[in-house]
Amino acid sequence: MFDLERWQEIFETISKNKLRTFLTGLSVASGIFILVILLGIGQGMQNGIAKEFEQDASNMLSVWTNVTSKEYKGLNPGRQITLKNDDYTQTVNKYNDQLEYKSSVFRIWSGLINYKKESGNYRVEGVWPDLQFLENAKMTQGRFLNYRDIDNVEKVVVLGNKVKNDLFKNGEDVIGKYVQISDINFKVIGVFSDPGGERDESVVFLPISTAQMVFNGGNDLRRLAFTLPQRDNFEQALAESEKFSEELGAYLKEKHSVAPDDNRAITINNSLENTKRFYDLNKMIEMFFWGVGICTIIAGIVGVSNIMLIIVKERTKEIGIRKALGAQPLSIIGMILHESIFVTTISGFIGLIFSLALLEFVGPLIETEYIANPSVDFNVALTTVFILVLAGAIAGFFPAWRAARIKPIIALRDE
Amino acid sequence: MIEIKNLHKSYKMGTNSLHVLKGINFSVAEGELVSIMGSSGSGKSTLLNILGMLDEADEGSYTLDGLPIKNLNEKIAAQYRNKFLGFIFQSFNLISYKNALDNVGLPLYYQGIKHKERVEIAMSYLEKVGLADWAGHLPNELSGGQKQRVAIARALASNPKVLLADEPTGALDTKTSYEVMDLIQGINEEGRTILIVTHEHDIAEMTKRIVNLKDGVIIDDSKVNQVRALSNV
Ligand SMILES: Nc1ncnc2c1ncn2[C@@H]1O[C@H](COP(=O)(O)OP(=O)(O)OP(=O)(O)O)[C@@H](O)[C@H]1O
Ligand SMILES: [Mg+2]
Repeated sequence: MFDLERWQEIFETISKNKLRTFLTGLSVASGIFILVILLGIGQGMQNGIAKEFEQDASNMLSVWTNVTSKEYKGLNPGRQITLKNDDYTQTVNKYNDQLEYKSSVFRIWSGLINYKKESGNYRVEGVWPDLQFLENAKMTQGRFLNYRDIDNVEKVVVLGNKVKNDLFKNGEDVIGKYVQISDINFKVIGVFSDPGGERDESVVFLPISTAQMVFNGGNDLRRLAFTLPQRDNFEQALAESEKFSEELGAYLKEKHSVAPDDNRAITINNSLENTKRFYDLNKMIEMFFWGVGICTIIAGIVGVSNIMLIIVKERTKEIGIRKALGAQPLSIIGMILHESIFVTTISGFIGLIFSLALLEFVGPLIETEYIANPSVDFNVALTTVFILVLAGAIAGFFPAWRAARIKPIIALRDE
Repeated sequence: MIEIKNLHKSYKMGTNSLHVLKGINFSVAEGELVSIMGSSGSGKSTLLNILGMLDEADEGSYTLDGLPIKNLNEKIAAQYRNKFLGFIFQSFNLISYKNALDNVGLPLYYQGIKHKERVEIAMSYLEKVGLADWAGHLPNELSGGQKQRVAIARALASNPKVLLADEPTGALDTKTSYEVMDLIQGINEEGRTILIVTHEHDIAEMTKRIVNLKDGVIIDDSKVNQVRALSNV
């Protein structure tokens, strides 16, 4: 390989046979180019989809209740199940080490809110401080609720962005102002925005203790919401959350004397299961592009093999002459392989560089909903180049080996 | 220099085989200039190819400069070809994408001689055949006679013991043929052993010995009075 004389011989052959070199190089370079672009677009589509569901893609569990649909332990169906404060506190105590964020939610039905002359109907919920993270709410002004507000049963409120815009028309300062909810004064402590948009911003949050007390909620809860810690591995996250929701369901159903299979009375919505659909779609896209990519590589290998066969055929007479002049069989094989590996490597990298450059500079300009930031793992791209080079070498080896073994007299006769 | 005994060769074609050489006995001493004659299909080329280790005999023995040539593996055969033999073909067999100098230098490349020295040696042989000015030309820029002279320079470059030429003038006109023969005579006079296959009598007359082949056996083998090629030009 580091034989200088051999290199000179190779360079001479290459430079004197430009067309042949160019065609070999072109097929390798375009193969790599197409492959890398394909993988890049595939990755882009995955990124695009990931971005689409990023906003609600947390491993969140919500618990809802309704009327029972089944008879159980002598109790008639049609019985209303209502979550209570102790459902929440006991769940939190029981599973504390598994939970990341947690909140119970109490909802006030008629949520009429006034500020001066403006008024509107909004969702009003009594919640725990963690709800900010459960809802992905971002504070634009002030702060969210804290545990002191809850302990002290403070009459404070956090407004959704839409509520603030509706009520505070002339852009005045919001923090510290008082709004009336069902004619009771609440002091505004913060405003939030929500990636879910207007619907999720037409909400106001009160401390849960205040909400239950002021609006005669007693111990009643509307729903429970939890998140489990984020996991890098989706399968693991899904398995964990499924296990948890099963346990939680069994526990709450037992506590409320609900049939174990009565999912209407107590519903646990596992957001990861929705997410799973996207993950599956992503997997399919990935597999599709890999499939196409592998086909491209195979086509490339076949192409390189063909070219090598043709090159060796074309050079049969030359090989005969070289053998008559005293070339060893090994030096013939070496000459052909050396040239093919050299050409495929160089052109493979040219294809790689062009495709990576295209992805790098054009990729970010692509602004569609389905493709975001197409890119390719450099190691993957590098590996494909080596596979193609190796394939070219193997494909070239057999004809070279045959040519090197053929009797010089037969090779010389070749026209 | 060359010693062959009871050499047989047949070509198999499907089920029947063609017996081409039917027991050739023949030897060549160092410094001889021998022509092998015979009608077309008599086996001249076959014999020469076996002598040149480009092909193998079925039977018989062949000794080259005291070395038995039998069942050689490819590696040894390549070494012997490179060290002991120089070939001159009717169709020149120059490598088309290499210029005259590089063609002449090729046997030296396979001897492992470095580039710089290779160029010097190749150049000296090109000078010898009178083509120093054409060193940088590709074969397709040369006339037939020039190509054959490049081929002769190439055959000489590795300083072989024996030169084997299969109808070296077959593709050339009379005048050019004689020029090439003059060159060959000169090389012979320097002491090199040369075998030439030809079916032209005037060319054969320019060697020192004529071997006549017919139907795979030698029917005549006699010394002749060498005609100087130059006197005919
Ligand atoms: N590779 C081969 N396969 C089969 N038959 C062959 C082969 N090479 C030569 N022959 C046959 O062997 C015989 C001798 O061929 P050879 O080439 O030695 O003849 P030659 O004396 O050189 O003739 P020419 O003067 O035409 O060159 C011919 O009949 C030819 O057809
Ligand atoms: Mg012949």
